[in-house]
This record gives sequence, C-alpha cells and structure tokens, in this order.
Amino acid sequence: MIDLRAVRCLSMLALAGAALLGCAESPTTTAQTAAERTFDRAQVAKGAELSALGDCRVCHTGDGGRAFAGGRPLPTPFGTIYSTNITPDAETGIGRWSRDDFRRAMHEGIDRAGRHLYPAFPYDHFTHVTDDDVDALYAFIMTREAVSARTPRNRLVFPANLRPVLAAWNWLYLDARRFTPDPAQSAEWNRGAYLVEGLAHCGACHTPRNIAGAEKRGQPFGGGDAEGWHAPGLLAASPAPVEWNADALFRYLRNGFDAEHGLAAGPMAPVVDELATVPEAEVHAIVTYLTSRTGQTRNAPANERIAAAEQREFDAVGRHAPDRASEASASSAETQDAGEVIFAGACATCHYAGAGTPRTTPVPLALTTSVNAPTPQNALRVVVEGLHPASGEPGAIMPGFGSALTHAQIVAVVEYVRARFSDRPRWTDVNATLHGIEREQPK
Amino acid sequence: MIELDVNGRRHAVDAEGDTPLLYVLRDHLAMNGAKFGCGLGQCGACTVIVDGKAVFSCVTPISVLGGRAIRTIEGLGTPDRPSPLQRAFIDEQAAQCGYCIAGMIMRAQALLDANPSPSDAEIRRHMAPNLCRCGTHMRILRAIRRAAQRVPTAATPLRSTPT
Repeated sequence: MIDLRAVRCLSMLALAGAALLGCAESPTTTAQTAAERTFDRAQVAKGAELSALGDCRVCHTGDGGRAFAGGRPLPTPFGTIYSTNITPDAETGIGRWSRDDFRRAMHEGIDRAGRHLYPAFPYDHFTHVTDDDVDALYAFIMTREAVSARTPRNRLVFPANLRPVLAAWNWLYLDARRFTPDPAQSAEWNRGAYLVEGLAHCGACHTPRNIAGAEKRGQPFGGGDAEGWHAPGLLAASPAPVEWNADALFRYLRNGFDAEHGLAAGPMAPVVDELATVPEAEVHAIVTYLTSRTGQTRNAPANERIAAAEQREFDAVGRHAPDRASEASASSAETQDAGEVIFAGACATCHYAGAGTPRTTPVPLALTTSVNAPTPQNALRVVVEGLHPASGEPGAIMPGFGSALTHAQIVAVVEYVRARFSDRPRWTDVNATLHGIEREQPK
Repeated sequence: MIELDVNGRRHAVDAEGDTPLLYVLRDHLAMNGAKFGCGLGQCGACTVIVDGKAVFSCVTPISVLGGRAIRTIEGLGTPDRPSPLQRAFIDEQAAQCGYCIAGMIMRAQALLDANPSPSDAEIRRHMAPNLCRCGTHMRILRAIRRAAQRVPTAATPLRSTPT
C-alpha cells in the first residue's frame, strides 16, 4: 500500500537529492583481474556461512526460482522492489563485478554502474561488515552457478523511482562505517553485536521505520514490518505473554520453534532455516547480544501464565465456557457467536489443549505472539494461508482457511480468537487488514 | 436446520453449526465419497469443492456453508459415465487402495476448473496438500495431466480416449 505522507517526505528528499547530484557516484570500468577469479576453498566456505547468516539466498531467490538468481518481489510503502540476480552471470547477474565493486555495494549501497541501490537491500547494515568478511561473501557468490535471469523492473511511485533521492537518504540515514568492538563487553557479545547490527540485519524488519523508510534508531527492535507481515518487537518489546529469555530465543532461532512462544512463520521461516545451518556459537552470540539490548520487564512467573493459557484452551470449546461475549459491545456480539462456532468446527480439533497433529502439539493460542500482537496481520495471514514447511521438508502443517471461509467468517473467527485468548484490547482493524491481504492473494 | 447446496441440490440438515461438513455428507446425506483420513486437515482424503475452491471438509463447519455451492465426487460422474477426470484416473490406474482418490480427484477438479491446462509445476503445487499412503502419486499426476489434455474446450472437442 502506498503511504501518501511517505511520498511527500520522499519528494523533499528528491529535491535534496537533486542538489546532491553533482556528487553522483561514478561507474567502474575495471574488469576483474584473474587473481580475483581464483578463490581459496576456506574463504568460499567462510563466505557460505556468512551468506546463511546474512540471508542472501532468502531475498535473492524468487518463488520457485534458482538460488541467488533474484526476482523476489519485496513490497515496501513506496512500491514493489525486485531482488536482483547476484549469480556470477555476466549479462544478468554480477559476473563482471570486481571485488571492489562488491565492497562498494555492500558498504555504500552503490552498484557497479554507479547507481544507488534501494535500502530494501540492507546496506545500512552491511556497511558494518568487515572487508575480510565481504571478500569471503564475494568468493562464495562468485563461485555459485551463473544463472541467466533478468530482474523484473521495480514498480515504485514517484519520487522513489528516482535513484538520486537515495543520495539524500544516505546523507541523512546511512552511518557508513565498519563495526568497532566494545572493549567493555565479552567476545561473544561483540560477535553478536557484529552479526545482529551487520550481516544478520535483524533491525531491518524488527525495528520500526520512519516515514522515509529508515529505521528509527531510538526504538531498536521495537517491532516493524516485513513483506506484509508484522515483525514483532523482540524480547522486552515482544507482545508474547511469557517473557523471552536466552534459552527460549536460542531454541526459537535454532529450531524455528519454542513451545512457549510459537513457530517461526512468514518471512522469519527461511531465516531460521538458515540459522539451523550455521555453527551453534554464532546463534548463541546473536542471543547474547539481543538479550543484553533489552531489559526484562515482566515479573509474573512464566509457569502461571502457561497454566492459564492451557486452561483457556480447555475452556474455549463447549457451551460451558465463561461468556466473554457479554463483555463485548453489542454490535460485535453476533460476529463473536459466529466466530465461536467456526472456532469449534474448524480450529478446535487441533487448537484444544491435549490435541495435536501427527507431528506437533500446537502452542496454546493464548501464548502465541500473533494472537497477542498489536496488529491482526500475522493471525490473519496464518488463518488465510496456513503454515507449511518448506517444499519437501517435514514440519508442522496448518491448513489455510482462505478457501473454506468467506471474508466475513475469517474476520469473525479472528476477532473471536483475540477476545478469547488474549488479554490485550480488541483489534479494530481486522476487516481492513484482511482486505489488504486479499488484494495480494492470487484469485 | 441449516440448508446446504450439494451438487446443485438443496438439503435441509438438522445438525449443530460446528459439525464438520464431512460428517454431514457421510452421516446425514449418505454421500460416502469423501473420506475421513486424519480429521485435522493434514491429509486431504476429505477434500470437496466449495465455491470453486478445494477445501478440507473435515475442518469446515457447516455454519460457514449457507448459500455456498458444495461439490462432491458424487456430482462428477457415475460408474457408467465417469467424468473426464475420473476416466483419466481409471485409465492411468491411479488408485491402489483408493482411500485418498475421491479427495485427490476433487482437488484436481478445482484446479482444472480454474486452469484447464496447468503446467506440471502448477499441478504439483496445487496437489501438495493431499497425501497417498500407497504412493501412487506419480500415477495421480499422470492422470491429471491426461485429463488436462482431454478437458473439452471450443478449440479441442473431447475425443475418445487417447492410447
């Protein structure tokens, strides 16, 4: 969806960008040297690991497309940007890029032709990555199979479609410098800080963005957006009823699942798939840094919250459940009832304490982040699309209900689930949010 | 009483709103084509078509179906006059034990109704939710491909079974 305020803000940036045009970047014409085409095996292996930590493949692979060949649409408030082909194909990929071209793209967000890249490519994070690590990534990428695949044209609104805007954006928001360790902190903390703020670019989704699409530095990991999903606030900023701690966060990042919080879904699913492949110490480092960035604010014992959540699952089904509908406003009482019946017939077979699918027992809904989140976005997406493991992989399956339920029925059941399982205020924007999701779904 | 439109005929059903459609089809309407597999929307044996889309009837309560068009395998063809898709399943001998097949056919029918000549990738993606424990998936895929070529259109009228 296009945000008009954002467009106005970018227009101001465009003017500033025009003023800065005099200092536009120059294209490079140097070809790679033969030495740059030869890579050390260990360096390629290191690059593979760094690539997994940086999720290069996640964005630079289209749906059903070849790895790193690009073409994945990334919705932004300014329109749709397509990830580029970063295989070493000379014509459509980055096969002609020298090591220095690659460094400049990673550190300054400027491509080989001297054009500014959009910060959907998170160079505002990658700028912190050391030269050595960028070179290892270059070695890894340049030894992948070259795939000929042209990147679709971006569909951006004026003035975001004018790249000089980005010169102004960079001047305002880009802190282009390599990571400097904090000597007062442990080596593990520093490794975590280096990864989280750099390659892993956690804040790119989990930190809210300002009107120009830059991360709000004052609210690190306060919750943001990712490809039409809500990227929840982390740790103390998380809406989850049971507070996160280092153990839970490690389990979640390593296995994609934590029994007291839920399952990694949406754009986070491929991220945890990658984190399952890197050395365990890297994930521990990420956890150490992230937990240090947030205070533990809640104090109700977790086991009481878990017991209460499980009790709610038992209470949810059957007419003897305590009548929360009576607390609801009169206008929504009817959808509340419709939602309860749908829940009993469609959801309760699995989402009922003690029940489960062949592979998993679902996390009690009262504990899940999506049901307690500030927006209904993720709950709606899970109901409409379901949850599916990666193609050919085992994993928990929730069928999508986008075909079985009408728009009004989905709204009713999601409003019911929020009222039934969360102590947080009702969502007021379920209907509008669902309209937005339906506009994206192929009919 | 809830009124359901199944294969173009209206049925008044005396059941609670949260009753799964599968139970009503089998127990109230004596339509035993759709099967109970897992009851959890994980296997697809219960698949039927609602308003043109494949759904798991085991996790679809009848309360959501008022005024909507339900299609089951009983609405496709008869043993004497199977539908083109059923014919293709027979020609390819796509059933082993057969328990999943009604669901497979209904999911495939929803695809062919929307897209009469799907690509192989489209067929695979669309059929992914339905499981066959005997492992006849390759024959099922062949049957769908065969039916896709036989689906009559203005340009290619239905001919006798190709060999």
